[in-house]
Amino acid sequence: MLIKAVFAGFGGQGVLSMGLNLAEAAMLEGKEVTYLPSYGAEVRGGTANCTVAISDDEIASPVASSPEFIIAMNQPSAVKFQNQIQSGGLFFINSSLVKAELSRGDIIVVGVPASKIAEDLGNPKSANMVMLGAFTRKSGLVSIESIKKGLKVSLRSKPKLIAVNEKALMAGYDLP
Amino acid sequence: MTGNSAIAEAAIRAGCQCYFGYPITPQNELTEYMAANLSRRKGCSFIQAESEISAINMVYGASVVGARAMTSSSSPGISLKQEGISYLAACELPAVIVNMSRGGPGLGSIVAAQSDYFQSTRGGGHGDYRTIVLAPSSVQELADLTHKAFDLSDKYKIPTLILGDGILGQMMEPVEFHYEAPAELLVRPDGLRGAKGRPSKIIKTFTSDPAQLEELNWSLFRRYELIKKQETACETFMVDDAKLIVVAFGIAARIARGAIKTVRAEGLKVGLMRPITLWPYPSEKIQELAKGVKQYLVFELNMGQMIEDVQLSLAGQGEVSFYGRPGGVIPTPSEVARVISRLYYQKGLK
Amino acid sequence: MKKVYAYPKSLKRAPFHYCPGCGHSIVHRLVCEVIDEMNLQDKTIGIPPPGCSVFAYNYFDVDMAESAHGRGAAVATGAKRAFPDAIVFTYQGDGDLAAIGTAETIHAANRGEQITTIFVNNAVYGMTGGQMAPTTLVGQKTTTTPYGRDESLDGAPIKMSEILALVKGTVYIERVAVNSPDNIRKAKKAIRKAFQTQIYKLGFSMVEILSPCPTNWKMSPIESWQWVDREMTKVFPLGVIKDTTEKKDAD
Repeated sequence: MLIKAVFAGFGGQGVLSMGLNLAEAAMLEGKEVTYLPSYGAEVRGGTANCTVAISDDEIASPVASSPEFIIAMNQPSAVKFQNQIQSGGLFFINSSLVKAELSRGDIIVVGVPASKIAEDLGNPKSANMVMLGAFTRKSGLVSIESIKKGLKVSLRSKPKLIAVNEKALMAGYDLP
Repeated sequence: MTGNSAIAEAAIRAGCQCYFGYPITPQNELTEYMAANLSRRKGCSFIQAESEISAINMVYGASVVGARAMTSSSSPGISLKQEGISYLAACELPAVIVNMSRGGPGLGSIVAAQSDYFQSTRGGGHGDYRTIVLAPSSVQELADLTHKAFDLSDKYKIPTLILGDGILGQMMEPVEFHYEAPAELLVRPDGLRGAKGRPSKIIKTFTSDPAQLEELNWSLFRRYELIKKQETACETFMVDDAKLIVVAFGIAARIARGAIKTVRAEGLKVGLMRPITLWPYPSEKIQELAKGVKQYLVFELNMGQMIEDVQLSLAGQGEVSFYGRPGGVIPTPSEVARVISRLYYQKGLK
Repeated sequence: MKKVYAYPKSLKRAPFHYCPGCGHSIVHRLVCEVIDEMNLQDKTIGIPPPGCSVFAYNYFDVDMAESAHGRGAAVATGAKRAFPDAIVFTYQGDGDLAAIGTAETIHAANRGEQITTIFVNNAVYGMTGGQMAPTTLVGQKTTTTPYGRDESLDGAPIKMSEILALVKGTVYIERVAVNSPDNIRKAKKAIRKAFQTQIYKLGFSMVEILSPCPTNWKMSPIESWQWVDREMTKVFPLGVIKDTTEKKDAD
């Protein structure tokens, strides 16, 4: 089994930390894992994305050409990546910000109003965690317990933020 | 951990005392890791230099006094460092140089490429010299080979290169470090530390005596022969029953390995030879393989550089095909698998 | 009987290869005298450059490591940072320091590296056969300015001491000459002070030394000594350019 997921959105939306969190969780479950951020000219407010590959076997390439999962946190990412996802793949969109219709009929679109839910929770910055929670539930790639453990690792220098992020994570996970 | 950070951490654990660098993408995490972590260690020094040229010459200065020193850059910056690397080679001084290479020529692009193979393996600067070149293909190997680079460099008094690329530098994988940083600074006994209780010493390259210059070059090449004999390293994968062998290094080897697993599942007998040292090149291994296998496919992220070493090694004892992408566009394992299958059938191996 | 002259201990007993009337041999001797008097022979590391003084290591009886052209300040930086107990000096010519090595020099100075630079300015590229240097005077003929240096095309002579004085990390810069007994005495005093600056870890120190090159100036030694006074010092005035060592001491 080799599964690749691409997380994309505005710089500042926390797309890289979503990917890192998933990679950390998969590593805790004893999987082979690679994490590859898009890198280049650094622009605040520009788009950012990262690719996480998870496998039982060693991973040949950390680059994804046709990933099984795409998580688009904003409109430009949804447009950019809809042609790359594998047929039958799960396309997660942040439906609070992504308005346009997707033209492909062979993929499953999962709309998550991540920004809205995060705002309702009183912490708009945690939209990425809401989405990660929803992604964890729907994708079944790793358990929510592993994601929570991974969160504790990635936030070890800011322990105050763990509770807020867990709350957002569960809000996404518990969506119907 | 990112590949760049893994190199930096491994270098610190290998006793690297001095790091001098200049920012360039895609290796900045390495420089930044050193700024955060090396500069705080007792007796250690980090400088963001004014240029790559200055950085390599600072490394030269630190190596002169016997310190373990390193610098890192990416292709255009490595071009600038060649002057200093030539002097290090001529003065028989150890140093570790990391090239997280990018696409070229010119400013090129920050994407992954392997187009610096010739530059790395043929010396790179002016004069008749070589450097040891190590080509890792995973984050774990970046860490392991960084440690090894310092040891080899000291042992043979030769600048040693680690050749990676943007993907290896940027990607994160789990990594384990097998060493703790030494408690004391490692100072080479032959470093210049002042003429105390011994005659003064000179480290120099210039000579006006042709015989002396010739002897320097002879002595360098005698050492190179020794390195070839003792330090050539490669990895093979599923070559025992292979009818076709793919030769690839670094990130390309990793992709090729995935492709080989795919075609193996379809019953194609294909193996992989991955050089770990690009110089010295594992020619003997290829010659040994050539006794049984006649078909070779060289896969590189350039338009054909290492293929020359494969051809030289085979010396007509096998047929060599080539698949290359000039950098930036990274072929998927399935694309390489298709190339392998096509060649396999074309050559009538099925 | 009082001894008034002796061969410096840290000067090797090798005959100089320099041309008659060249200032390098005087500068070598002065540096060696200072090293002896300050008892630094066993802890000094010298960084000689390509150029006429490429063979400096044949004369200085201290540890020496040759630098690539212009990179002396970077090499010295690496050596000093890795081995701070050493006394590290670079010996550089005008082409080396003021043309190809400008960046290395200014940035080492700006970081306040604890190194000493002996900068020999003879307004010409000596070893390569008399080409224009960055310090060549306007109107001066060289093999690459056969009609004289033309300011509108070649620029004016660059004053590195004044430029470096603007850089915060430099604490002591003096310009001296070796064209008369009096000037030679002053030069030695300046070299001594520059080494002292390094011993006290006050920052970057440099002594610029105006030095005659009779061969490439196409003059007799005596004419060239006079030319230093008459022409060079007009553009490169002698004296202390910057000295904040007292202030640094008080800090």
